[in-house]
Amino acid sequence: MAYDKFDILTSRVVPLSSENVDTDQIIPARFLKATERKGFGDNLFRDWRYDSEGNPKPDFVLNDPTYEGKILLAGRNFGSGSSREHAVWAIYDYGFRCVVSSFFADIFKNNCLNIGVLPVTISSEFADELFAAVEADPSTEVEVDINTQTITLLATGKSENFDINSYKKQNMKNGFDDIDYLLNLQEEIQVFEAER
Amino acid sequence: MEKKTLFDKIWDAHVIKSIPDGPDVFFIDKHFIHEVTSPVAFLNLEKRGVKVMFPERTVATPDHNVPTIDQDKTIKDQLSRMQVEKLRQNCKKHGIELHDLGSDHHGIVHVIGPELGITQPGMTIVCGDSHTSTHGAFGTIAFGIGTSEVEMVLATQCIMQAKPKKMRITVDGELGPGVSSKDIILYIIAQISASGGTGYFIEYAGSAIRSLSMEARMTICNMSIEMGARGGLIAPDETTFAYLKGKDFAPKGEAWDQAVAHWKTLQTDDGAEFDLEYQYNAVDIEPMITYGTNPGMGVKVRDSIPTTDGMKESVKKSYLKSLEYMGFKPGEPMKGKKIDYVFVGSCTNGRIEDLRTVANFVKGKKKADGITAWIVPGSREVEKKAIEEGLVQILEEAGFKLRQPGCSACLAMNDDKIPSGKYAVSTSNRNFEGRQGPGSRTLLASPLTVAAVAITGEITDPRDLIEELALEK
Repeated sequence: MAYDKFDILTSRVVPLSSENVDTDQIIPARFLKATERKGFGDNLFRDWRYDSEGNPKPDFVLNDPTYEGKILLAGRNFGSGSSREHAVWAIYDYGFRCVVSSFFADIFKNNCLNIGVLPVTISSEFADELFAAVEADPSTEVEVDINTQTITLLATGKSENFDINSYKKQNMKNGFDDIDYLLNLQEEIQVFEAER
Repeated sequence: MEKKTLFDKIWDAHVIKSIPDGPDVFFIDKHFIHEVTSPVAFLNLEKRGVKVMFPERTVATPDHNVPTIDQDKTIKDQLSRMQVEKLRQNCKKHGIELHDLGSDHHGIVHVIGPELGITQPGMTIVCGDSHTSTHGAFGTIAFGIGTSEVEMVLATQCIMQAKPKKMRITVDGELGPGVSSKDIILYIIAQISASGGTGYFIEYAGSAIRSLSMEARMTICNMSIEMGARGGLIAPDETTFAYLKGKDFAPKGEAWDQAVAHWKTLQTDDGAEFDLEYQYNAVDIEPMITYGTNPGMGVKVRDSIPTTDGMKESVKKSYLKSLEYMGFKPGEPMKGKKIDYVFVGSCTNGRIEDLRTVANFVKGKKKADGITAWIVPGSREVEKKAIEEGLVQILEEAGFKLRQPGCSACLAMNDDKIPSGKYAVSTSNRNFEGRQGPGSRTLLASPLTVAAVAITGEITDPRDLIEELALEK
């Protein structure tokens, strides 16, 4: 369904440096038993965030009041494993609009683009720089501009370009999803199907 | 003429339109749905007031959250019951064929698709489940999608995807005794890592792959996603045709002959180019097991856990965190570690051949005292055959508990959970933290290795037991 338009996002950053964070960590399977898209943000990183009694684990970054923001800075190979879109719903519903990493898993990245979370792939050197900057000063802000396809560490002015194809870029900027596009092609699809 | 890979041939034949600097509009022949990733798609469809465009191209079954005991009774877990009931309502409302709990065709979606002959060479197949790659064993382009895309397929039978790059993995030679297709794929993933396939679609080739049964090929394609690849496929051949012939939904009579003639053209042309190639020798592959929290963290059963020597600091941090979760230390040997549970099942290794392997190995033996042994058939059909062939009796005499079909402890959405801190050697596909229940510790291995562990209660190279048995005789 439609989502908020993405233009220029200036925000503080929540750092999560672990590599190979799979979607089972982002949202464990036992929290997928919903028939509506509601409340997934509460269970984002459930087992890292809460102990078995449901008490917040103070050492996990989402429970650390030092960090906040709409940008999640993640380690390499973020979002691997299960295709559950619920992982991105949880990220969006929690309040993130952008995930930055030096490497994303494929299906996860696709799911992000389909629901309005911008995946920004940067070099591992720049990722290291961002992690270091946020560690040194948690109030560090980062600007993500989809128009110019740049991500900038505001404190130093250091920036990098990121890739997004022009079709998806327009969708993100306008809050459109693919179904609107596909529904307009129904006649062509009918013809294609009939010939199979 | 342009040389094409098998992947190119199938992909290109399904593109309705290519958007410049954007994705392809990609037509889907078969769409599988289950209770967990479909309800929100149907809900959104209704909000838009859109109908399912080709209901006959979607097939449904509840598998992810269903209990594996008392399937004839009402599901106790309220949320699971609601999801299954929602699936029933949605199928009924939109005219979608449902293979429901208790029906002869019920089972894990990636087990029943091939078993019923719904999966056929040359098709494009998607499902809101990353192990949809399983169907690639039949020479199909099959991969997992998110719920937004499930909605797209229901509404328009299309998704929008950029064409992945192409990789070929060739495995030549003959597998040694006690080595199976699960060991091949765990070996490959350990070589190229849990992210080494990202951005690619894989074709598996070579004499070792050709020699495998359809069940064994499915195990390999199933785990393509565990190296980050979208999917993996194997060109169809006589083994494929023999498997499909006579299946419920396979073409019959003249249509069968025509289909086979077409399927025979589904091969990579000599000289066609791949973006990346890997080559392995079957003789280098031995029984494998994982020791960490992603499927790339695997070693030969007889080897030790790698040390951190020469590891980059950032990699080392994640590596040690993973070992800490598992309760293991770098450099420790795998063999001899105590195990609490064994799980035989899942879309990776829950097929009849897997049950035969385990039954054959444990016949006349007893499981170790400390072991809880679960065996979960992938489908009703598998369960039925296992009973007919006397496998169930053998397994029960050895101390295995046979449960009813479903995804079960592979992802522990139902009550089949490994308790916190306990070790499970599993035939499934993922050893992520908490995958088999909060705090559970999973080690992935082949059905044969799992059978050996069940007997000894500790990590065991199955070949050691085969040798002992041979000596006893």
